[in-house]
Amino acid sequence: METKNAKKVLEVSHLKQYFNVGKKDEVRAVDDISFDIYEGETFGLVGESGSGKTTVGRAIIHLYTPTSGSIKFDGQEVIGMKRGPKMKQFRRDMQMIFQDPYASLNPRMKVKDIVAEGIDINHLAKNDEDRSKQVADLLATVGLNRDHASRYPHEFSGGQRQRIGIARALAVQPKFIIADEPISALDVSIQAQVVNLMKQLQRERNLTYLFIAHDLSMVKYISDRIGVLHYGRMLEVGSSDEVYNHPLHDYTRSLLSAVPVPDPEYERTRTQIEYDPKYEDGSKDRELVEIAPHHFVQAAQDEIPMYQERAKKMGLEVL
Amino acid sequence: MESNESILQVNHLKINFNTYAGTVKAIRDVSFDLKKGETLAIVGESGSGKTVTTRSIMGLLANNAVVAGGDIQFHGKDVLKMSQRELEQLRGAEIAQIFQDPMTSLDPTMRIGRQIAEPLMVHKGVKKDKAMAQALEMMKLVGITDAENRINDYPHQFSGGMRQRIVIAIALINYPEILIADEPTTALDVTIQAQILDLMRELQNKISTSIIFITHDLGVVAGMADRVAVMYAGKIVEYGTVDEIFYNPKHPYTWGLLSSMPTLETNGDELPSIPGTPPDLLDPPKGDAFAPRNSYALKIDTQREPPFFKVSDTHYAATWLLHPDAPKVTPPEQIIARQAKFAKMQQQLTEEERHHKVEEEEEQQ
Repeated sequence: METKNAKKVLEVSHLKQYFNVGKKDEVRAVDDISFDIYEGETFGLVGESGSGKTTVGRAIIHLYTPTSGSIKFDGQEVIGMKRGPKMKQFRRDMQMIFQDPYASLNPRMKVKDIVAEGIDINHLAKNDEDRSKQVADLLATVGLNRDHASRYPHEFSGGQRQRIGIARALAVQPKFIIADEPISALDVSIQAQVVNLMKQLQRERNLTYLFIAHDLSMVKYISDRIGVLHYGRMLEVGSSDEVYNHPLHDYTRSLLSAVPVPDPEYERTRTQIEYDPKYEDGSKDRELVEIAPHHFVQAAQDEIPMYQERAKKMGLEVL
Repeated sequence: MESNESILQVNHLKINFNTYAGTVKAIRDVSFDLKKGETLAIVGESGSGKTVTTRSIMGLLANNAVVAGGDIQFHGKDVLKMSQRELEQLRGAEIAQIFQDPMTSLDPTMRIGRQIAEPLMVHKGVKKDKAMAQALEMMKLVGITDAENRINDYPHQFSGGMRQRIVIAIALINYPEILIADEPTTALDVTIQAQILDLMRELQNKISTSIIFITHDLGVVAGMADRVAVMYAGKIVEYGTVDEIFYNPKHPYTWGLLSSMPTLETNGDELPSIPGTPPDLLDPPKGDAFAPRNSYALKIDTQREPPFFKVSDTHYAATWLLHPDAPKVTPPEQIIARQAKFAKMQQQLTEEERHHKVEEEEEQQ
């Protein structure tokens, strides 16, 4: 994926999402983060629970009203967008795949109605026949067959339900899909199937993904670029190979060292790197600084030389 | 640490569930043993029978479960034939369990000190003051910070990782002989998971408990297990030491599992995946249950169930591919790489042994 000439589909800048603003229990779920996503790429967002990764996704798709900042989709500001044709188009262009394939499908609706809901709302089908055809095509695309259309969600396994969720997202021909932990509720052997399906659809339809997950090896596999979130702040951004092979931030290093690897010999000798969160107490003004080409780390002015030194040691080209 | 004395034997266990749709054959002839001080990992997908197997060891089967055959020997007694009273003495004292979800396995209305002390008071008849003192010790042992001040807190005041430490403290307070850990870290973040796994290893060394570790995460298995049993559709399809399973797997299902998990080094356009879904155990297929999803399936797989073939003294796999008459197949790329590593390790081992012998001979001379 060549990012230089690609078009920016999504530009998030200085996004802040606070809850209970002004009250004693104010939560700064997302605190001043900025990143861009280019057309046709997969941007992986990793972090532990509570790091704010789901909140970022929900703010982008307009489920929350951000406290401040800007989110531009296709050059258009999303925050403060009024209901109307623009909003409708935005809702079509951006779709979401949810984590829990059991809770995200209405148990009282047939699969064909679940999949066709977006088609109906956006009047994308000429008549009933066209609607059924579109549903059948979508089901075939995700590896289900047309007989499944008249069944209810409870008749399906977790992997199949996730496929229904993907078909529903594809129904309105989106450009951008936010996948919030789409595979973490699935079995290992099924996870690979769903990931392969998502990759295949991306190739065929030139989709752009925001892939949110805590399973680091899967994120590494599917993503072109990765952002590491912690306590609502973006600590490191870079291509997935860069971030995994040459992590610069201490937190990223600690996170990577904790990933269990299916290799007993490696596991016996593994040393885990401890991370001291005191480092992020907010005493210094930090922002993302490009240390190596396309590799950003959150750093204060006086910390930049330290990261540059680190990058040099790893054999990276330092800017 | 490890010894060859086995403290638990499961023999030809068969468990059915009576449901409205018919009889679900959840466990279909499972046998294994657990040695003192070892960690046995049971891996498999959901519905493969891992949890049902361990629940039967605890005597915690649902009302509609029927034991259709087999026995579970613990200290010369069959757990399946025990009365409720005997089982109550067993649970929490000699065999303890850690469940997957630390939030739902704690009582939200009871202070945690009391919850940790309860097994002592119930099973050993320890007085409350003493039990609470021991609970405090245990809290420190499992790494709950500021234990003195937190002993009277409620579960909701703790984070997920701390809650799981509390659950472990409850399970270990009676120094059980067997600890069953059913996906103990699945609900936790990787960094917290690493801490909990370290803690379990450390405690196992301290009190030499045997652990049955149930998980679907092969990364965790690689770090925790001494031996591994792979389950599929209510059966064990392959078992062996952790090195044998990870570096010299023989069953196509194990191959599929190992290659469908991306490691941090995996690249390429397509992840090898196992096609299809596990079979419906209401009506288990004839022959090898894995055959319909198995790209290496032979004709005999659809007709007769494969027996266990011996690979080494500790390693057995139930696949017809190991039959002397079976055609030679090439396993997936990733597996070949793993086998190469295994061969290297074996070679190193024999060289070391030879070296050792020479040294011994030299010494004798």
